[in-house]
Amino acid sequence: MATLIIAEHDDVHLNEATAKALSAAQALGKPIDILVAGHQAKAVADAAAQLAGVRTVLLADGESLANRRAEPLADLVLSLADKYEAIVAPATSAGKNVAPRVAALLDVMQVSEITKVVAPDTFERPIYAGNAIETVQTSDKKLVLTVRIAAFPAAATGGNAAIETIAAPADAGLSRFVGAELSVSDRPELASARVIVSGGRALGSADKFQEVIAPLADQLKAAIGASRAAVDAGYAPNDWQVGQTGKVVAPELYIAVGISGAIQHLAGMKDSKVIVAINKDGDAPIFQVADYGLVDDLFTVVPALTKALAN
Amino acid sequence: MKILVPVKRVVDTNVKIRVKADGTGVDLANVKMSMNPFDEIAVEEALRLKEAGKATEVVVVSIGSDKSAETLRTGLAMGADRAVLVKTDAASVEPLAVAKLLKAVIATEQPGLVILGKQAIDDDSNQTGQMLAALLGWPQATFASKVVIGDGTVDVTREIDGGLETLQLKLPAIVTTDLRLNEPRYASLPNIMKAKKKPLDETTPEALGVDAAPRLTVLKTVEPTGRTAGVKLGSVDELVAKLKQAGVL
Repeated sequence: MATLIIAEHDDVHLNEATAKALSAAQALGKPIDILVAGHQAKAVADAAAQLAGVRTVLLADGESLANRRAEPLADLVLSLADKYEAIVAPATSAGKNVAPRVAALLDVMQVSEITKVVAPDTFERPIYAGNAIETVQTSDKKLVLTVRIAAFPAAATGGNAAIETIAAPADAGLSRFVGAELSVSDRPELASARVIVSGGRALGSADKFQEVIAPLADQLKAAIGASRAAVDAGYAPNDWQVGQTGKVVAPELYIAVGISGAIQHLAGMKDSKVIVAINKDGDAPIFQVADYGLVDDLFTVVPALTKALAN
Repeated sequence: MKILVPVKRVVDTNVKIRVKADGTGVDLANVKMSMNPFDEIAVEEALRLKEAGKATEVVVVSIGSDKSAETLRTGLAMGADRAVLVKTDAASVEPLAVAKLLKAVIATEQPGLVILGKQAIDDDSNQTGQMLAALLGWPQATFASKVVIGDGTVDVTREIDGGLETLQLKLPAIVTTDLRLNEPRYASLPNIMKAKKKPLDETTPEALGVDAAPRLTVLKTVEPTGRTAGVKLGSVDELVAKLKQAGVL
């Protein structure tokens, strides 16, 4: 028996989350296939075939799989499930959307957002916003897992797996894609960025957020993140939110600007390698997790830091 | 149309939880409990749809011990019409079992829409809504930031990686809430009093014919390896020097 990974992609590019889920899947010790379900997604299958340690890439290409709606995608995975012992998805919004649907159809209790494979049936996963780590063992015959991507390295490339084309499922017509508003940015993706500059409510407005945070992020070639307070206040779009219910990140360098450090925010960034906090309140909880802190006004410190880095 | 809203009693979001020293779990003795925040958003959305004339009745459901009745009363005080408690003394009911129990409740209640929180802030599973949709064969829209009822359909805007996406689902359907769907109301004192008189029916997993036995065994629960506070620096130049030293620039 083998492991099936549901690839994360946008029909054009294979998302790095897939390579990270692959690292987790390798620890299960079984042959690994990757399912690329999409519409006109051949380029994604080609990229998946280059990941090291993949047996076969299954390419299901059809209109019903455009935009990865949960209903047809879950039907497709279910039709393949007999041949697999484990079904693995990265814990992206698409993965979190479809994996439990698959698990329920298989009568399996999913293990969500694993951060470590202890044994092929035993996993570590964070609970309570990462304030506790539980080790769980499943008694189900099949496994359905989602993988916290910040917790695993991306698997290497250099593979040359065969690509097998499989039929796309018929669309039962339960749901219909209406449209999307996706942010267009030249910056690295938040989930996999090496450096992240995050802003909080102290920025005061959307304009100030851009004016202060963007130049520093440009200088560091960083992704931009935000606290929930900043997103709720409309300073930053929802998909920038770092935290328990937003994105969980673990960059090399995380710079928290004007973020007080609620436990829900810390849950999303405390595994970063180096954390810098800039906040004028020296008692802010963010300083309890920061390696380096500057207790000062962000509106003077951040431009100064941007300038110092440029020199 | 009837809207069903499942709600969970969890540790209050402002409580800093403590892991038991012997690794057997999280210490919940004498800790403030509240309705899961995402479920409050779900109740609020159902109430707004009713107030807009898009729904006729809002029923809240919870699965848990007698104490979950308090959580249901919170939902009733916010404005829900009726409550159903699926009573169990099991220490934990996993999302798959919750979905099966809800499916059984839905067989009787026949709602046109079920709105759930996207995840509970205790186990952070993010599974129940999707599983329920699967078991019912209904369409799903998770992580909703906008819900618009149409003619036999619902348009849901979803918060996804990279932005927003809108789906149209045929009713009956499952929606799970994200943070920015709405700002839940506080229950007023008169409404809290009124809620005490609203109907709260009880049933059990046995009566619903559902095997709610867990599939996962928690072997141990530990505190994460903590970070220790670092140093506060005096100047930007000092910070740049430290970051260079750490090799992250």
